[in-house]
Amino acid sequence: MRPVLSQILIGLLTVGAISLPAMAALGGDVSSVQEDQAHMKAALQIRTGQAYTVHELHQESGTVVKEFISPAGKVFAVSWSGPFIPDLRQLLGEYFDKYSQAAQTRGQRHGRAPLMIEQDGLVVQTGGHMRAFTGKAYLTDKLPEGVSTDAIR
Amino acid sequence: MFCLCGSLALAIGCGGGSNNSNSNNNNGTPTQNTQPIAVNGGPPAAIALSGIYPNGAFTSVTVCVPGSATNCQTIDGVLVDTGSFGLRLLSAAKGGELTLGLPTTNIGGSPIGECIQFVDTSFLWGPVRTADVKIAGEQASSVPVHVVGDTSFPAVPNTCSTGGLDDDSLAVLGANGILGVGTFQQDCGTACSTGTPPTAAYYQCPTSGCVPSLVSLTQQVQNPVGLFASDNNGVIIELPAVNSPQPSVTGSMIFGIGTQSDNALGSATVFTLDQTTFGFTTTYNNVAYSGSFIDSGSNGIFFLDATTTGMPVCSDATSWYCPTSTSPIPFPVTNQATGGSPHALTFSVGNFDQLTAGSNAAIDDLAGPNAGTFDFGLPFFYGRNVYTSIAGTTAPGGQTPYWAY
Repeated sequence: MRPVLSQILIGLLTVGAISLPAMAALGGDVSSVQEDQAHMKAALQIRTGQAYTVHELHQESGTVVKEFISPAGKVFAVSWSGPFIPDLRQLLGEYFDKYSQAAQTRGQRHGRAPLMIEQDGLVVQTGGHMRAFTGKAYLTDKLPEGVSTDAIR
Repeated sequence: MFCLCGSLALAIGCGGGSNNSNSNNNNGTPTQNTQPIAVNGGPPAAIALSGIYPNGAFTSVTVCVPGSATNCQTIDGVLVDTGSFGLRLLSAAKGGELTLGLPTTNIGGSPIGECIQFVDTSFLWGPVRTADVKIAGEQASSVPVHVVGDTSFPAVPNTCSTGGLDDDSLAVLGANGILGVGTFQQDCGTACSTGTPPTAAYYQCPTSGCVPSLVSLTQQVQNPVGLFASDNNGVIIELPAVNSPQPSVTGSMIFGIGTQSDNALGSATVFTLDQTTFGFTTTYNNVAYSGSFIDSGSNGIFFLDATTTGMPVCSDATSWYCPTSTSPIPFPVTNQATGGSPHALTFSVGNFDQLTAGSNAAIDDLAGPNAGTFDFGLPFFYGRNVYTSIAGTTAPGGQTPYWAY
């Protein structure tokens, strides 16, 4: 059960494309969420619970990105759901290269299978198909105590 | 997400499809609506480069310069994919077969380019061109198609790649193209035609460089089946049962559902797509998982995870299961769509490394993880007739889009 205490609609950013350096979203601190919001031109919704806070970024394209923030203010997980895979360079931050290297090897010969990457505490899972993608990434050693990875969705 | 039509248009079908009433050609004889398909490991040139493509169903597609009966090319080794929408052909420049010069499409006076991403974050990039598409006796005219690996087109934009593999070569794609005959008419829909252009979908490509662009529904890459003159409301994939791994098996792709004597829905159970999850529910071990889908372009059954299934992933291929048991492990599940009838079935999972070690292409028991949900890939099709209807068309069995088997 995902704890939800409040829902605050922060606002819709409608400015044009802003070129920002890639920010450390996964593993970064809470301020990086605002940078992601600007980068994705998304509406931000914040839901605060006891174990963690969820920042929901609603992209105009229909994809919803969630960033899970620990009481220590660190992004310990991200998830996505919608017609497009979000910009993982932005979302995975310093973990992008590790993910990308694993994704490039594919390790499954032909065909396009969901990714199931587990390396050095980084987990990346993808699913879905054209027009309906899902996925999540989390840091196993940064999960707040008592948080199930099933709640990351 | 579904194609937008007025109520009148909806009554007669939309998205290019008409309806199921007319399946005869001008001579009054039924249109030849059956196309052979083969699970044969893929095009020989691809096998030579990168080995057998397990559980890929391949067919041939003829493309012509729009309006021409002679300026045509038949492309073999095209993957039949009910999980995507639209025809994508690999250019000869990157090892594919396509050499035919097809006209570009334009927006604002500049050529249209497209980036498509797949579940593993791999991608395809190239121009949108138009072709008359001919399969069996069916024809769709002036269809926007995706030409990939086209070295005459601007290079892949940075925003197209999100870190996955570049599929734009024969060795990586393992096919000369992908024929997307799934549940939608366009490969993107209104997400690409209204609002802010998505960062990795359609682009306009002036000489100064490609930039994301909105593209109308009719200019988007289209499921050719929905544009056929008849038999345009979906497809049936028919493949034989595969009780032990085989070098190849052959079957049929039949166009239309309930439009001719050979494509009746019969007693098949219908699974209408839930409008939120774009799938149905699968119950395993008394737990219901939503978002299930049926996809001939997935070359295994991808479901749940190692913890839930009790099977480890392969040490050298984490997208596949490698159970240690010497005999295949059965998984009894029940599928059910919202408001639909339940259907129980059992599939089996074997060891990926062992099953793919030989030279077999049709392998029933290949499966891999897919956390929290089920993707019923090609092994599910063995021994079943699987129906895929297209959104916005009329078909027997109720509201489209649906799968049925």
